[in-house]
Amino acid sequence: MPEDKEFKVIGTRPIRHDGIDKVTGRAAYGADIHFPDMLHGKVLRSPYAHARIKSIDISKASSHPAVKCIITSDDLPLVEDTITELGETVINLKYLSDNILASDKALYKGHPVAAVAATDPYAAEEAINMIEVDYEILEPVLDVRQAMEPDAPVLHESLKTESMGKGEDQSQNVASHSQRKHGDLEAGFAAADIIVERDFSTATIHQGYIETHNATAQYNEDGELTVWCSTQGAFGVRDQLSKILKMPVSKIKVVPMEIGGGFGGKVQVYIKPIAALLAMKTRKPVKMTMTRTEVFEGTGPAPGSYIRVKLGADKTGKITAAEAHLIFEAGAYPGSAVGAGSLCIFAPYKIDNLQIDGYDVVLNKPKSSAYRAPGAPNACFASECVIDEICQKLDMDPIEFRLINGAKEGDRRCDGPIYPKIGYLETVEAAQQHGHYAESIDKTPNGKLRGRGVASGFWMNGGGRSSVTINVNADGRINLIEGSTDIGGTRASIAMQAAEVLGLSSEDIMPAVVDTDSVGYTGVTGGSRTTFATGIAAINAAENIRAQMIGVVANHWELKPSDVKFKDGTFLAQKNGEELQMTFKEVAAVAGGPLVGSVTASPGGAGNGFATHIVDLEVDSETGKVDILRYTAIQDVGRAIHPSYAEGQVEGGVAQGVGWALSEGYLYNDEGHMTNASFLDYRMPTSYDLPSIETVLVEVPNPGHPYGVRGAGEVPLVPPLAAIANAVSRAIGVRMTELPMSPDRVLEAMGSI
Amino acid sequence: MALVSVPSLMQDLTAGQDQVNIEGETIREIILNFDKVFPGVKDRLCDGDRIKPFIAVYIGSELSQAGMRELVSPDSEIHFVPAISGG
Amino acid sequence: MSKKTHVQTEINGEGIEFLCEPRQSLLEVLRDELHLTGAKEGCNNGNCGACTVLMGDRIVNSCIVLGVEAEGEKIETIEGIATSEGLHPIQQKFLEHAALQCGICTPGFIVSSKALLEQNPTPSEEDVRFWLAGNLCRCTGYHKIVEAVMDAAKALNTEVADNA
Repeated sequence: MPEDKEFKVIGTRPIRHDGIDKVTGRAAYGADIHFPDMLHGKVLRSPYAHARIKSIDISKASSHPAVKCIITSDDLPLVEDTITELGETVINLKYLSDNILASDKALYKGHPVAAVAATDPYAAEEAINMIEVDYEILEPVLDVRQAMEPDAPVLHESLKTESMGKGEDQSQNVASHSQRKHGDLEAGFAAADIIVERDFSTATIHQGYIETHNATAQYNEDGELTVWCSTQGAFGVRDQLSKILKMPVSKIKVVPMEIGGGFGGKVQVYIKPIAALLAMKTRKPVKMTMTRTEVFEGTGPAPGSYIRVKLGADKTGKITAAEAHLIFEAGAYPGSAVGAGSLCIFAPYKIDNLQIDGYDVVLNKPKSSAYRAPGAPNACFASECVIDEICQKLDMDPIEFRLINGAKEGDRRCDGPIYPKIGYLETVEAAQQHGHYAESIDKTPNGKLRGRGVASGFWMNGGGRSSVTINVNADGRINLIEGSTDIGGTRASIAMQAAEVLGLSSEDIMPAVVDTDSVGYTGVTGGSRTTFATGIAAINAAENIRAQMIGVVANHWELKPSDVKFKDGTFLAQKNGEELQMTFKEVAAVAGGPLVGSVTASPGGAGNGFATHIVDLEVDSETGKVDILRYTAIQDVGRAIHPSYAEGQVEGGVAQGVGWALSEGYLYNDEGHMTNASFLDYRMPTSYDLPSIETVLVEVPNPGHPYGVRGAGEVPLVPPLAAIANAVSRAIGVRMTELPMSPDRVLEAMGSI
Repeated sequence: MALVSVPSLMQDLTAGQDQVNIEGETIREIILNFDKVFPGVKDRLCDGDRIKPFIAVYIGSELSQAGMRELVSPDSEIHFVPAISGG
Repeated sequence: MSKKTHVQTEINGEGIEFLCEPRQSLLEVLRDELHLTGAKEGCNNGNCGACTVLMGDRIVNSCIVLGVEAEGEKIETIEGIATSEGLHPIQQKFLEHAALQCGICTPGFIVSSKALLEQNPTPSEEDVRFWLAGNLCRCTGYHKIVEAVMDAAKALNTEVADNA
């Protein structure tokens, strides 16, 4: 069993391989690309949230002396209105293409309408303002509940509600309805001694990565397209470019530069096909970078949502029934995270009678995209707040309630499948035993109000395809070639797994993230899959190398491979009563040529992730401002390969959760214009807004990984919203149901305004 | 026979039945046999000879990656659930 | 295109001359004209601090300083922090404490932290958090950054004591 293993490299904290480049400013990110003869691209975006494009006149802009090329949706190949598989996801090609450059209608303010390439970025900007677009302004719809009304403005005439294969005739803005149901809901609620039912809402928010989107494209005379860019998955970009531009994948090379954050928001392409098209037409390299405002107005926010939860429990605290309706903003095109939200909403608990309905609704906002455990933070905010209210009404400790109801191996998930080995209850027990929970809080120091909140969260975690090649150099150090963009230290976490197999140190491995021509297909760095799935590919490649080296040693000693053992980086055998041994480096030297091991793996068994968080905070009753005093985040990571970077995932997720709970949110005016599209007005937490965050890593090894790894990147963003809302609600004595809990909302809840 | 859990939104085809036992050694055979008992099931689950992109198949607690070709054993528990994507 | 202006300045200890348009920001000059791409653009309006450089003894967001304002100034960028002796202790502590994930904000944090420790060699955690509030990081939650800066202060003070 993995837990019995003693590790040499796993669990240590070496310095990451790309660290020096990143602390000296040398690391090359997408916007750092420069070609002497390159052009600069700019996008003209719709100033209206909903408008029909009647005509586009580019004649004035074309006469600008620095302009080399102008494109509109007419320059994109016509694609079919069909759903197709795209890498590891599915997408309607027409929607994908229309989101790059609007064809008949602009569906959100910021929707690209045309693009220009010019000799300098200022000229490109001047030229886009010379393009004349004739719009017929249409009424926008900005709220999902309004979008579901029968008389709401319709975004897509051809959209039909998808409902488990069954077309349903609801409002035309409802893209899908999904349902998860088991047991007898009515009987479950009848058996309850207490029932709480509430409505919740969360604002549209943004991933908030610090690096804006960028792309530089070059098209060669032989028809080969190269795109340098910031992306979570170079192969996903290649797939999308191939579909949008109708080019074979083998003609496209995507070079993933260092990436300045993604959190799910750098999977979907935006300006990459535009840069490619401009480069194809001008035969010059074209560089594009987005402004921060373009990022807010034109790239995937995380969906705002309305959620109703009804939960029943008996006097002992046992949940008897649960019901939820989730309505998520898809944005301009179908495809919100409502499916994942529906799966996650009651996931930490064993519930015999439940029904969960999810609705994906289009409206005049940017197409929503993934954001760290997509859908789960919204969903668990609602369910975990209702649980807290039940605990208050039963006068029951919230940790005790979770111990009674918590799911474990063999229990049934809300949509039917059975849980494999999971570590949810272990996180709850660790919370109960933690010093933070043991210490009581003074509820009213100096006229301020204090509260403590607890919440749990779930994320399923992903597997999928990853490829790794290992080359052994004659000096015994190895190159590890991979396709997983390194967003948060995965060069280290993957290299360390290979090092463990080969008995080497982390420093003996030289990892390189390469382009799509230079490594096998690898899925995105997302879905908490990278340390798990690319890690397994690295382990398999290292095992392949180890077997080859055993062959080399056997040949060298004139023995059979089965006579050679490998232990702690040393090859051992007995021959004629003599103990033979060679180190890894010695074998590499005698190998007489490079040893190469290439593997592609597509592992299942990712192992689910659970977390339980505790927060203490203080509410200023005069201003409504909330200050976080203490935060403890407990998470089952299966096995922490590099504990510092596993902790980093948790700390970063908590910080994003604090922003989501207290200060972040898109503000819209009646015309559907975002009124806070800058980092000044879209308020993400700073260092001064946060306390130290204490992380407790629980390790319940995942049987689906040789070392027990579970994905760790996403679940830390699931509990904070509810934990903070529960703490605020307990502090002020009023249940908070809307996010963000900005000072004005807190004061309003307290009856002060 | 494998135990197939019927999604609630498909129970209009099975007269409210939420579980059925179906013969088959692959998901393809299961769906074809399921469709013989409850006509219309295949149209809901498949586009031609493939599972619809927004439907995921679980065998026990494992997400199937082989689509119609996925092997099924007599004691398998099969779930057709809405597919979801991560970030 | 408007007429370019000649600017004479000092960057990372070297005398530098460049031509720039009056509308070009110092960040654009550093990145696009001088190819010093260590300072990053995150917002282009002074909100995120990814473009932080030292100008004389002040830290500035180079995206809201004009290139022409560099005339006669001494500029220090992330490229000038490590020396031929090796990494600066702040850089070393960022590595040891895993105080970076994606790394895009890291140059700005390191430049800001260096300015802090030059002004206040023994900052409290509160001081560090207050000083760095002009630099946004979306990956780390700041916990390990604050630890790294506190530890770097300790290392620098030990160095000073050893040299005394």
